[in-house]
Amino acid sequence: MRRIVILCAVILVIAALYWGLRPHKQAAVASLPARAADVTLTDLSGRQFKASDYRGKVLLVNFWAAWCTPCQEEIPQFTALQTRYGSQGLQIIGISVEDVESELRAFCRKKNVNYPVVPGDAKIADAFGGILGLPTTLLIGRDGRIYKKYAGATDFATLESDFLPLLKAPQQ
Amino acid sequence: MLKAIHSLHKLAVAAGLVVVAAASLAAFAQKEEGPAKNWAPGSPELIEPEALAKALKGAHKPVVLYVGPQMIYQQSHVPGAEYIGATARPEGMEQLRKRAASLKHETPVVVYCGCCPWEHCPNIRPAYDELRKEGFSNVKVLYLAGTFGTSWANKGLPVEKGQ
Repeated sequence: MRRIVILCAVILVIAALYWGLRPHKQAAVASLPARAADVTLTDLSGRQFKASDYRGKVLLVNFWAAWCTPCQEEIPQFTALQTRYGSQGLQIIGISVEDVESELRAFCRKKNVNYPVVPGDAKIADAFGGILGLPTTLLIGRDGRIYKKYAGATDFATLESDFLPLLKAPQQ
Repeated sequence: MLKAIHSLHKLAVAAGLVVVAAASLAAFAQKEEGPAKNWAPGSPELIEPEALAKALKGAHKPVVLYVGPQMIYQQSHVPGAEYIGATARPEGMEQLRKRAASLKHETPVVVYCGCCPWEHCPNIRPAYDELRKEGFSNVKVLYLAGTFGTSWANKGLPVEKGQ
């Protein structure tokens, strides 16, 4: 019995040492804010709005650029999601990063983008917890909470399985 | 006495096994993005994020030029990095030429972007090619496999904000 206790103690000490000494890679990651700061967004049509205007809907906020190849490739899928789930309360907002406006407009026209696209800046990126690479997408629930941040190319199957339960949540 | 030695031996073996398991877990946890693979042979020399972070602490710091979108630079960038702008665009390339004109050709220069995943970055190769064309002999490209966020900031490497 005594041997078992000693053995357990040794294992616990080693495990504690391992957890204590291993590199904490997430330590410097900016933590995701609970909610986005309510900055004013102006879309390509000149309409001004805030993310909070969509409270009660499930939001996908996609930071992208028309010059960014993996971002471009995702746009038809976001457009399809907007078409499919818009009536159930899904709203997509595109925030474009450093696009030439004429090129951005031409791209959106060509791809029939069916949701608001906003030329972004650092203030808007900060409001959503910081965007240090493209594409990046945030999932915001009907309650305005930021549920998840997807950095890099979007796995649409995962994204869909993440937002579907939020769509089913009762509207507040 | 013999029994005690036997028990200690068993304990040592068990502890050894746990240490090996822990070390394996640690090694697995540290394994991240692979090496650069889409840079053609004979093209630029790459520098890994950790190596640059270390070089920046040394006495002979390289000149670090950021050649991506301003929005990302304003939020976070490599300490001491100079903002040039996206070199896929003429304005950014012009800015790079201006800055290069004030540097000696043997100056160690590191260019980086991290706007989007490595193989899709539109800025890094034009910047490198331009500096080489201008005669710079000691140019390196910071290898950010993902983005500046995932391959630098999220690793806990030092950052600066602003401008």
